[in-house]
Amino acid sequence: MESVTTPPISELRKTALNALHRRRGAKMVNFGGWDMPVEYPSSGGLIAEHKAVRGSVGVFDVSHMGDIRIRSGAKLRGALAAVQHISMNDASKLAIGQAHYSAMLYPEGTFVDDVIVHRLGEDDFLLVINAGTREKDINWVRANTRGFDCVVEELSDAYTQLAIQGPRAVDVLRKLTDTDLSAIKNYWFTHGTVCGLKNTLIARTGYTGEDGFEIYVPSDAATSEKVWNQVMEAGREFGIIPCGLGARNTLRLESKMALYGHEISDKINVWEAGLDRYCKMEKGDFIGRAAVERAKAAGLTRTLIGLEMIDRGIARDEYPCCNEAGEAIGVITSGSPSPTLGKNIALAYVPPSYSAVGTVLYVEIRNQNCKAQVVPTPFYKRPKLASTSNATKTA
Amino acid sequence: MAYPKQYRYTKEHEWVDARGDLATIGITDYAQHELGDVVFVELPKPGTKLETGKTFGTVESVKAVSEIYAPASGEVLEANAELHNTPEKLNTDPHGAAWLIKARLTNASELNGLMDAAAYEAYIADKGKEASA
Repeated sequence: MESVTTPPISELRKTALNALHRRRGAKMVNFGGWDMPVEYPSSGGLIAEHKAVRGSVGVFDVSHMGDIRIRSGAKLRGALAAVQHISMNDASKLAIGQAHYSAMLYPEGTFVDDVIVHRLGEDDFLLVINAGTREKDINWVRANTRGFDCVVEELSDAYTQLAIQGPRAVDVLRKLTDTDLSAIKNYWFTHGTVCGLKNTLIARTGYTGEDGFEIYVPSDAATSEKVWNQVMEAGREFGIIPCGLGARNTLRLESKMALYGHEISDKINVWEAGLDRYCKMEKGDFIGRAAVERAKAAGLTRTLIGLEMIDRGIARDEYPCCNEAGEAIGVITSGSPSPTLGKNIALAYVPPSYSAVGTVLYVEIRNQNCKAQVVPTPFYKRPKLASTSNATKTA
Repeated sequence: MAYPKQYRYTKEHEWVDARGDLATIGITDYAQHELGDVVFVELPKPGTKLETGKTFGTVESVKAVSEIYAPASGEVLEANAELHNTPEKLNTDPHGAAWLIKARLTNASELNGLMDAAAYEAYIADKGKEASA
């Protein structure tokens, strides 16, 4: 086995729950400069964590995610105008208490980052951004909102963010809050008391393809640990387990949710990534719009597809993809065994002529071409339950 | 999990159990723990030549791909066919039933340079300290 090189821990950033993760024996890795749990052997490991989220409930520390608040300056509407300028979805359509998936684009139409935009007030927004791109994002936001009458604050270090995910997440959180959770639809949020903490942001969002909530509590270690422990206690009857970034990755992959640096990056545009439904050309100008329009007119040279391995072998990030003639035509962006499906799945960029469902392609795995076929995505879609029938995703 | 006294260990976390020039080779409990849930094992066919320090197989967990290196030169006699369909055995019995290959060594004295159980345990304890420093 290759020796596992461990970077100096002192240089890595830590969430407020870092000591707790280590005390509980979590296996830690460097994720984008953060010392984060990749899996919890005490939970039974990655596959057990993945299955807990699909079948019942799991909890993730996602405090490494960044938060940027953009609110009014002297006059109202300055923040909305700024958000509209820097992000591709139409924030004017958001009600107060509603959130949506969006992205910040470069003038080239490629990705600065994908973001969840929350409308906190009439002219008050919270952007939740990726951990690995925090500094880049905040610099980008500050530089590109300068001409707008708004105030930009980075709140990343103010919050411990916990993601309680799975079909029983609602049952766990219900025990810890007096807020009516059934009133919070998918991609909506509210403020309420959680674990005795008033005015806590409770959002019905996540990165797992399951129902679930993300809560934002003060980031001091004592409060963070108290809330974590109360969530674990409340979830015990539902078999809640702590989950790491490993399960978070397999869960999001099954649901075909993009990961920055993989499916989206500064080299990939909105059309290629298949995220154009979140890109509202009709809302007016925004950074990257002209390039996205040009890219649309020029036609696609590559598109994101789902693959399922037919031959034995696991496609991994950056493995080449070949056609039947053995010519390299594309590349895997994310690949893994799927714990839910019991198959090896992957996302890849290939020319559109190879994107039809059923097309046979080959993935080069250690110098061998292993057969795979294009399948519909997402690989996994959660069953619609009667009780959450109004959980429609906001495009 | 105990590290058998009669085995020899590499820095890359393989173990070797040699009787004369016949050797059984596997990966250590530390290795399987670092990998997590093992889902795929690829091993060489009988007759394949082993070269010290060169990769002879692959073990994959959900999250990671790990090459396995030959602790000594020789020739593969048998690969553990059980692991083809039940790779997860590597997580539960890495020092026993989940051995990877049996081989005939060219020069069994090559193993003298490897660690014994006590040295290996000290080696991985050190790694543990690095990780939690």
